[in-house]
Amino acid sequence: MNVVGVKEQLKTFIAGELLNRADYPIGDDEPLISGGWIDSFSLAQIGVFVEEAFDIYIPDPDLTVAKMDTLNQIAARVLEG
Amino acid sequence: MKQQAASQPDDLALVFIEEDGRSHTLTCAQFWQSAVTAAHSLQNHNIHHDDLVILVMQHSQELLTTFWGAMHIGAIPSIFPFLTEKLDPQIYMERVRALVAQANARAVITFPDFKTPLTNLLAGVGCLVLGSDEVLYPHPARGREADSLSHEGKGWIEGANKIAFLQHSSGTTGLQKGVALPHRSVLNQIDSYSQAINLNKEDVIVSWLPLYHDMGLIAGFILPLVAGVPLVLMSPFDWVRDPKRLLWAIHDHRGTLCWLPNFAYNHMAKSIRKRDLAGLNLRSWRLAINCSEPVRHDSHQIFLQQFAPFGFQESALATCYAMAENTFAVTQSEVKRPLPVQWIDLPKLQSEQIAIPIPPAEPQAAAIVSCGRPINGTEIAIVNENGEPLPENHLGEIILRGSAMLSGYYQRPDLTAQAIRDGWYYTGDIGYLSQGELYITGRKKDLIIVAGKNIYPQDLEAIANSIPGIHPGRAVAFGLMNERLGTEGIVMVCELAAPANLHQTHNIEQALRRQIIAQTEVTLADVRFVESRWILKTSSGKLARSANRDKYLHTFSK
Repeated sequence: MNVVGVKEQLKTFIAGELLNRADYPIGDDEPLISGGWIDSFSLAQIGVFVEEAFDIYIPDPDLTVAKMDTLNQIAARVLEG
Repeated sequence: MKQQAASQPDDLALVFIEEDGRSHTLTCAQFWQSAVTAAHSLQNHNIHHDDLVILVMQHSQELLTTFWGAMHIGAIPSIFPFLTEKLDPQIYMERVRALVAQANARAVITFPDFKTPLTNLLAGVGCLVLGSDEVLYPHPARGREADSLSHEGKGWIEGANKIAFLQHSSGTTGLQKGVALPHRSVLNQIDSYSQAINLNKEDVIVSWLPLYHDMGLIAGFILPLVAGVPLVLMSPFDWVRDPKRLLWAIHDHRGTLCWLPNFAYNHMAKSIRKRDLAGLNLRSWRLAINCSEPVRHDSHQIFLQQFAPFGFQESALATCYAMAENTFAVTQSEVKRPLPVQWIDLPKLQSEQIAIPIPPAEPQAAAIVSCGRPINGTEIAIVNENGEPLPENHLGEIILRGSAMLSGYYQRPDLTAQAIRDGWYYTGDIGYLSQGELYITGRKKDLIIVAGKNIYPQDLEAIANSIPGIHPGRAVAFGLMNERLGTEGIVMVCELAAPANLHQTHNIEQALRRQIIAQTEVTLADVRFVESRWILKTSSGKLARSANRDKYLHTFSK
């Protein structure tokens, strides 16, 4: 797993499944939830996606808007393992 | 409540599950004592009978006991949604101020941390601001515990038509309409609804529902406390972030009843990880009642598929059509029968306004789930534009009247007169009756319901009109069903003030989304920028929302 690959997979999932705009270019530092792009229900769904795609379990205290608002934050957390 | 506290003091009243997962419990006697303390405190602060008391507090046991204490002295409590991390505090505060001033509230009760900012905000409005700690844990010197409450239970003795509490819709538009509910209506609702769901002493209610909304306030607070059934409560924020909490609370406390908006079925089916379900047993759950937004058959099926292996039974699927204007439930599905679902010809329904059953396999067949039959004391009718009753299977507006109705919109006789005609309340919802069962198909108004929450498009459009780059007056908002989520999503189409490149429109979109979420907590499902004159308006210059929705689907659908 490398950071570029993880980000690409996350982008595809978020843009396609959560944003409903597969072509949307998500910035690495774009605040997704606090910026009003995806809603807070999506956090739990990101948790499920990450488990299925990378076999990483993110515990609940880490699944917050503050810690998982941007692509960079989410990717970094995934790589932590 | 008082009788229960006396006769069954140690019976469990409330289990409150905190953010960290730990829970603490209150017995009937403890709950009652806390409410009485609150009542005394309020009286000591010169809050009287029929004074409006607004509660700006987070989901907590303090909120419940304070509310009860206010009712006990005959004051009129009303719960206002608390500030959340997504809302802009400035805008939120302005709303609180507007509500308090408009409604002539006598007092506002809030958490200790919020007391100073709120006092500053409301200086000059002429209302008292109290911290919940002052109310629930008063200084001993101030408390006159030995004195009996001068208005103790006056609300109940006068009973009947005295207003028990108010319910507000949210948003700039919704705030105007405080639904005033007399004691008589609340008690009738509890009585009739308990019968409709066969409420009994073995029941345990589990809820995450917000208390400022009729479903949470009645089914998830007042009903269990009045009926003497234990209530297991958690905050809506904790549930959204961690949906498995609800299911584990049902498992831990052998929960039997739970009310949920439609999107919650999808959310739980899709957002809980497999390893978090190991060992879960949902067999005790006798009724999952779908309520507060359009019910979808596929949402039930997704949920059943996911959770049947963990003991969830198909017989638990139930529905309810409810609104604050009838205190809560208008209709309830029969609990002893499988939930009726009709497969009807959708194009014919839309063009001819008649529901015609056809085989499910046909391509134009759509499933419509029954919302059940009216509860005792409430009657419904389906009427046309002229208020004339329509035959079964014909689509029309649902109107209701009965023993659980509002007395009016608080201090708004104009709005009341619009909504209640000849004793009937006009719901603005569209549906039909078939063999005595109510099937709901749509809404007359442009109101959008997202995750059980009412959103007024005009509130969103007003925000868009303030964003630089968007042509003021040329932005439209409408709802679009999202099957994956099991609820509606909100789409906005905005005309640009001047031609803009991709980078510029992206910035405008960012600004729009940020303002929308800061002011309304809404996340827009889609935003499209269009050229001048794209948006359709009616001959009188109003936004033609459904026409614009159709145009959007035609222009942008994949």
